[in-house]
Amino acid sequence: MLLIHCPYCEETLPEAEFAYAGEAHIDRPADPSALSDEEWRDYLFIRSNVKGPHFERWRHVHGCARFFNAVRDTVSDKFMTTYKAGDPRPDLTAEEAAQ
Amino acid sequence: MTHFSALSLLRNALTGHKNWAEQWPDAQPKSEYDVVIVGAGGHGLGAAYYLAKEHGITNVAVIDKGWLGGGNTGRNTTIIRSNYLYDESARLYDHALDLWDGLSQELNYNVMYSKRGVMMLAHNVHDVQSFQRHIHSNRLNSVDNQWLTPGQAKELCPPLNISSTARYPVMGAALQKRAGTARHDAVAWGYARAAAARGVDIIQNCPVIAIRRGADGAVAGVDTAKGFIKAKKVAVSAAGHTSVVMESAGVRMPLESYPLQALVSEPVKPVFPCVVMSNTVHAYISQSDKGELVIGSGTDQYTSYSQRGGLPLIEHTVAAICEVFPIFNRMRMLRKWGGIVDVTPDRSAILGKAPVEGLYVNCGWGTGGFKATPGAAHTLAWTVAKDEPHPINAPFTLERFTTGRLIDEAAAAAVAH
Repeated sequence: MLLIHCPYCEETLPEAEFAYAGEAHIDRPADPSALSDEEWRDYLFIRSNVKGPHFERWRHVHGCARFFNAVRDTVSDKFMTTYKAGDPRPDLTAEEAAQ
Repeated sequence: MTHFSALSLLRNALTGHKNWAEQWPDAQPKSEYDVVIVGAGGHGLGAAYYLAKEHGITNVAVIDKGWLGGGNTGRNTTIIRSNYLYDESARLYDHALDLWDGLSQELNYNVMYSKRGVMMLAHNVHDVQSFQRHIHSNRLNSVDNQWLTPGQAKELCPPLNISSTARYPVMGAALQKRAGTARHDAVAWGYARAAAARGVDIIQNCPVIAIRRGADGAVAGVDTAKGFIKAKKVAVSAAGHTSVVMESAGVRMPLESYPLQALVSEPVKPVFPCVVMSNTVHAYISQSDKGELVIGSGTDQYTSYSQRGGLPLIEHTVAAICEVFPIFNRMRMLRKWGGIVDVTPDRSAILGKAPVEGLYVNCGWGTGGFKATPGAAHTLAWTVAKDEPHPINAPFTLERFTTGRLIDEAAAAAVAH
């Protein structure tokens, strides 16, 4: 069972309260009609699928119901940090140094 | 290679089973091969076997970071079926089923393919309509699949609860009689033995670090933990790690890797004659020849490479089994494990040429790659040998995510994968 810290409720709660919502920081194209087929493919289908720190979205469905972002190591499933939607990508050097 | 037969069994029984020969040598890499296959699961080993047998290409290495058959080949629930909705999928999986039919004889290795039937339960009107649509579509593709009433389903599978007061009553079922199970490890071992006998090198415990490309952009070989291996053709069949390996060749894949868990109960006497899948209640179950109930359901919700998965999913799975089979609600579970499955956006595989000369890819089988093993291996070998896809795997390109010509089994299945 993952323990996930909701940055809005400021509580660490079991995975069952949360829903995974895919990779984070994927921006919808500003001018969709200008995109080539390859750019649409990259936006819709290509994901980083990293083995290591993964930037991802979660939703606290059985709590505040808000979306937030997290960095989780996909090898250990350990959460490195969580942060509010709209915040910039956190600098991971401190977390990586601590591990 | 010792030919297995009743006679060889008898001869070895008389000498105390001390003289069985090694089934395949633990090869060390040569400096160069015609073809390198990354991933020694059923798909990769099978492809090596068909390359050697059908295309005469024997200078082949199959390389794995662990032991052969130690990934998803040894971690699945061994279910084999081909009742897919779309023409492309039906052809591919039915091709695999045709090959499963004669596989034990062909490999001289008992893969224990048992046509015990796979029954998919319908619990609501949507299920009934969806499964009947599948049955009609399958019939047009000459894929066997038939409709059963709840009474017929109960007759086939006595432990089934068809009470009308059940929370999810059984309204009928789709049965594919030709479907069933096989011994998953034996598939890897059988292909490994038959491939090695034809000269294929199987190199275990040798992680591939990167695919190296030459100045012209074409594949030059692979960098491994045991040094560089030269090869003009490289086929990647690395399941959950495919996107990591492909990225080293500069190809980004439309894949995400999720843990898929399974569990087995304590072994009991034969009680469960077929495979039952319930998409709505969301679990599937069969009984192995050892007597264990083999149980699984969907993937965990988050991407991961941990080969573990979380217990909430196990709780969900077991709850579903107890709902459909109250008879099992006091069974004790023995083991659970996870495999990392590579999932595509349309839930269909990618099997063909990569956009790099000499690079081929077989991936994206998601939660259902085991059943496809012989078909995937056979068509991958064809694609590598001829540098063009077999008609059966031709629609399963990587380009379909650019053109939009998807094979949307994700929408066709009555269940969220």
